[in-house]
Amino acid sequence: MTIDPIHQFNIEPLFTIGHIGNHAIAFTNSSLYMLVAVAVISLLMLASGTQLVPGRLQSVAEISYEFVATMIRSNAGAEGMKFFPLIFSLFMFIAVSNLIGIIPYTFTVASQLIITATLALLVFFTVLIYGVYKNGLKFFSIFVPHGVPGYILPLVMFIEILSFLLRPVSHSVRLFANMLAGHIALKVFAGFVAMLGVSLGAVGWIGGVMPLALTVALTALELLVAFLQAYVFAILTCIYLNDALHPGH
Amino acid sequence: MAESHGGAKGPEANAHTEAEGGHHGGGFPPFDSSTFPSQLVSLAIFFVALYLIVSRIALPRVGGAIEARQNKIDGDLAEAQKLKDQSDAALKAYEGELASARSRAQAISNETREKSNAQAEADRKTLEEQLAKKLAEAEKTIASTRATAMGNVRGIAADAAGTIVQRLTGVVPDAASVNAAVDASLKG
Repeated sequence: MTIDPIHQFNIEPLFTIGHIGNHAIAFTNSSLYMLVAVAVISLLMLASGTQLVPGRLQSVAEISYEFVATMIRSNAGAEGMKFFPLIFSLFMFIAVSNLIGIIPYTFTVASQLIITATLALLVFFTVLIYGVYKNGLKFFSIFVPHGVPGYILPLVMFIEILSFLLRPVSHSVRLFANMLAGHIALKVFAGFVAMLGVSLGAVGWIGGVMPLALTVALTALELLVAFLQAYVFAILTCIYLNDALHPGH
Repeated sequence: MAESHGGAKGPEANAHTEAEGGHHGGGFPPFDSSTFPSQLVSLAIFFVALYLIVSRIALPRVGGAIEARQNKIDGDLAEAQKLKDQSDAALKAYEGELASARSRAQAISNETREKSNAQAEADRKTLEEQLAKKLAEAEKTIASTRATAMGNVRGIAADAAGTIVQRLTGVVPDAASVNAAVDASLKG
């Protein structure tokens, strides 16, 4: 029995799909769960019918739609709806892959830093490119807050620019670390149950009730975290996009 | 974490962990850069696919359903408002019609009452006239009857007076003096 809390994050190549330079590009377990997430989202959004009176599946699809649409409108204004497909894709991709990841023996896509970093950089460059494209140099006025005395302005600008550049780091690490830590904690507590049972026999199995209860509680917490981190990721995307849409504020 | 765990489980598990670590290029899997190209390619493929599905099909579809429902609700509300307006108008028309019908009925009944009053008045007048005429006739008849009766009474009185005088005196009195005496006593 291997109770290795890190093992669940291993990338296992399933088959090779090609080469870029001397790197073999493999279809991995991570790819498989991305595919599953995309399939689940597509199924939810496409197989749900467009009835006047929605059924269960259609209600879920419409609630997701309204949830993300409301989030964009309240955080980035009506102009933010330009980015509705992007934010909806990000939110649903992270939420669904995180929720799938809670099922035992599955893989959590967002527990890979490279994935969350890529998504965060996608948002970062979308904000940067769209902000400059739409507002020109006025976009950089987000680094110059109003009402700051002249002698302190260079320092404030330095901090603002630094925080802007660090956005993709915090954006990606928050999601990655939450998913990673949650799954490690789950695995450790679940592992305790088996370890106690194997090493101490009957007493151990009875004692294992405690970590088992903790595992159940942690699973509930992880369900919340899975959703919450997707929400946080999406809402931060909205807030960052708001800078690109309305740099004056 | 892997190290401490491996220590607890003895060399066998440690070897296993090391073997796995070796297989994946060493270290903590999320920081294993040899897996990055594969992951990036997968993410690019699936995220772009998701974006295309979401932006081209899913969102227009679900958004269309929501919009269609909103339009249907708005349309139905407008329809309901229209029908309500219609029913209000019909109610107003009905109430107007009812009021005018009521006033017309009032007018008709007043007119009828006046007409029947006038008729009754006229009937009463002709009846009274007829009655007055009959009364006059009756009074005339009574008067003539009375005159006749009074005439008869005079005759009878004269006869009776003549007869009484004859019985008392044995003399047949003169008719003229009897009559004069009767007249005198009748007048007295």
